[in-house]
Amino acid sequence: MGTELLKLEGIEKSFPGVKALDGVNLTVTAGRVMALMGENGAGKSTLMKVLTGIYKRDAGSMTYLGKKTEFKGPAQSQAAGISIIHQELNLLPELSIAENIFLGREKTGAFGNIQWNTMYREADELLQRLGVTRSSKTRLGDLGIGEQQMVEIAKALSFESRVIIMDEPTDALTDTETRALFTVINELRDAGYGVVYISHRLKEIFEICDDVTILRDGKFIAEMPVKDITEDRLIELMVGRKLEDQYPRIAVAKGNVSLETDNISAAGVNQVCLQVSEGEIVGIAGLMGAGRTELMKAIFGANPLTDGCINLNGKKITINTPKDALDAGIAFISEDRKADGLVLGLSVKENMTLSALRHFSHASGQLHHSKERDAVDEYIDTFNIKTPGRHQPVGNLSGGNQQKVAIAKGLMTRPKILILDEPTRGVDVGAKKEIYQLINTFKKEGMSIILVSSDMPEILGMSDRIIVMHEGCISGEFTAAEANQENIMACAVGKKR
Amino acid sequence: MTTAKKTLTTRLIEQKTLIALIIMVIVVSLLNPNFFTTGNILNTLRQTAVNAIIAVGMTMVILTAGIDLSVGSILALCGAISASLIASELPVFIAVTAALAAGAIVGGFSGIVIAKGKVQAFIATLVSMTLVRGLTLVYTDGRPISTGFTDVADSFAFIGTGHMLGIPVPIWIMAFTFLAAWYLLNHTRLGRYIYALGGNEAATRLSGINVDRIKIAVYSMCGLLSALAGLIVTSRLSSAQPTAGAGYELDAIAAVVLGGTSLMGGKGTIIGTLLGALIIGVLNNALNLLDVSSYYQMIAKALVILLAVLIDTKSK
Ligand SMILES: Nc1ncnc2c1ncn2[C@@H]1O[C@H](COP(=O)(O)OP(=O)(O)OP(=O)(O)O)[C@@H](O)[C@H]1O
Ligand SMILES: [Mg+2]
Repeated sequence: MGTELLKLEGIEKSFPGVKALDGVNLTVTAGRVMALMGENGAGKSTLMKVLTGIYKRDAGSMTYLGKKTEFKGPAQSQAAGISIIHQELNLLPELSIAENIFLGREKTGAFGNIQWNTMYREADELLQRLGVTRSSKTRLGDLGIGEQQMVEIAKALSFESRVIIMDEPTDALTDTETRALFTVINELRDAGYGVVYISHRLKEIFEICDDVTILRDGKFIAEMPVKDITEDRLIELMVGRKLEDQYPRIAVAKGNVSLETDNISAAGVNQVCLQVSEGEIVGIAGLMGAGRTELMKAIFGANPLTDGCINLNGKKITINTPKDALDAGIAFISEDRKADGLVLGLSVKENMTLSALRHFSHASGQLHHSKERDAVDEYIDTFNIKTPGRHQPVGNLSGGNQQKVAIAKGLMTRPKILILDEPTRGVDVGAKKEIYQLINTFKKEGMSIILVSSDMPEILGMSDRIIVMHEGCISGEFTAAEANQENIMACAVGKKR
Repeated sequence: MTTAKKTLTTRLIEQKTLIALIIMVIVVSLLNPNFFTTGNILNTLRQTAVNAIIAVGMTMVILTAGIDLSVGSILALCGAISASLIASELPVFIAVTAALAAGAIVGGFSGIVIAKGKVQAFIATLVSMTLVRGLTLVYTDGRPISTGFTDVADSFAFIGTGHMLGIPVPIWIMAFTFLAAWYLLNHTRLGRYIYALGGNEAATRLSGINVDRIKIAVYSMCGLLSALAGLIVTSRLSSAQPTAGAGYELDAIAAVVLGGTSLMGGKGTIIGTLLGALIIGVLNNALNLLDVSSYYQMIAKALVILLAVLIDTKSK
């Protein structure tokens, strides 16, 4: 056992109406990776924010390198050697990768002049170590969300740290990127760093972590070595009950073809023909940057079509704006809830009904408050969204609960065609299953569902048909029975079947 | 989990603007016994009305993360239009409608430039501000336009000088404007969309909302309310000054910011703006009562605004 770097004991933290942490302990040891597990809203991110001094704790003690410590803000904890990769990205899209990594600590020469070459070289080295092939001069906004996440990780590594905290780092990463990250984590462990690793992906916990701390509803449940626990037991401790059968696929008789794209092209999309029928779930697999989100945005009218057309129930329709799509009964749930999925400053209620506000107002434009309230409360209930109330700003919810609000928002429009882009990203095991069950309910009601996902078991477990994309084109198509991890991956990297 | 019901006291403490206003009223009343009289209070409210009405439009614009610098120029142009129509003895109703329509059209023009031309609001309304001031000077030939001494002019003067139930008409107009804006922002679709747009434009667009239309609507409402303020000013003086309203955009922005609305958009209330406008109004009135010279008044006003904003950001 290595030396104890950091110890938190009896931490408590309340927000108005929520007790987010209630007597939580956490120990970080040099040369070991500590997993922090718990359902959405269990308090994981809050604990990390208390630890780094972003939030002030209400009670409890913190010992860092053998001394009782109090961090007044992230700058202090950073300087003391604790770096964190936050769940929500905090990067500046207009700056280059290198500028983002070294923001506020640019390498300067004798006259305060920025030494660009040194900066770019060091940034490039960091990127290389993480297996990112981009030049560090690239504008950050030009990267996909997965690559941006890698930049966050590179930034955390660039500090002289003892403890590195990763809050759901693989959320937006592809398999290859995840592998590269794991290699780095292993290096960090060998070099004697203490790592805290937060994730909802159980497989990763068993692969990369040494110990696990489990929280439930802000309370400390257990701490133990990972080798002493099974997956089922871990879930049970997290959720407080047993869960069976993660992917409850149901058989539904396929109806008529509802949506059909006829050779459409758009930014990042090249000549795609796609069909979905009523009561069918079509999974779209592919690597990051394969054009899956772009295809969905083109169907939804958020990106203009350059060629081809879209047919709805056999009739050609024109979709120029998201409004046209919604009017036609197509709903789209974005993968990037912070950028274009939610208005974080507005309340749970205001976000949920934003797309469907017409259903909750009179023709005159006057809002129908009681109707809106009832619908929102119903969704908060069915989705089991952890919030003190519908008036809570969405930005104050935990990541997974924000995701549930985003899905509810799409469903409020009562769509006939539902496009889900990475719907369970950041969602815990229990809630994932709830979302799958909801998807199945809609399927049974005859909704056509397009499920874009990088989570292979999810795609395999939920879809009736799987389409694989590569560089903006369809590179393979499988029925649920034919599909497996290998043939999907082969198509995803561009080997035509 | 308990619900986040706020107690009355925490709600009041959050209302820093209200507390600031109350403290100011108490202090001024102690310094000058003439302040807290019905006559003076009505007077203060009447003087506040013009800025307050413009600030309502400004609130909606700022909630969408925009800004409108052209309000003062629109006030002058629409004042001049109404004065010249009254001077040629057209009915009051026509003069008022024409002025309001002109304000809405000019505002809508800024809105179109911002929404369709993708020009930053600051630049677009800076252009409108200059352009409209120029139009006003051309239209008036740089001279004030008197409304004349006709019966029509007399009835037009009612807007700025008349009373209803003992209360000056501008105060009624102000009250009605705030009520309407409060209703719009809290109880209509458009109001909800205004907040959403200011909070996250990309998400609002992707939610199927015609963002361009909201922007245009907001700037035309702001233009319309500036015209309404112009009518009050013109009617009160029985003449339109081509240079009227210069610098009014700053008072309006100050009222909005004092009221706690974020210049980043998406956050703020219309009641805050009312309180902000009242603070500025009381301050102006108090400095007059206390015989502070108008040069020092500007300095005092600036300091109070700075102080209020500092307190607000510190306590966040
Ligand atoms: N700034 C805040 N204001 C009010 N409540 C908050 C705030 N931040 C977090 N909370 C609440 O505290 C609880 C714990 O949230 P936290 O973000 O720590 O969860 P989490 O375990 O990280 O969940 P997830 O897996 O979904 O990311 C939630 O109920 C959340 O709504
Ligand atoms: Mg979290």
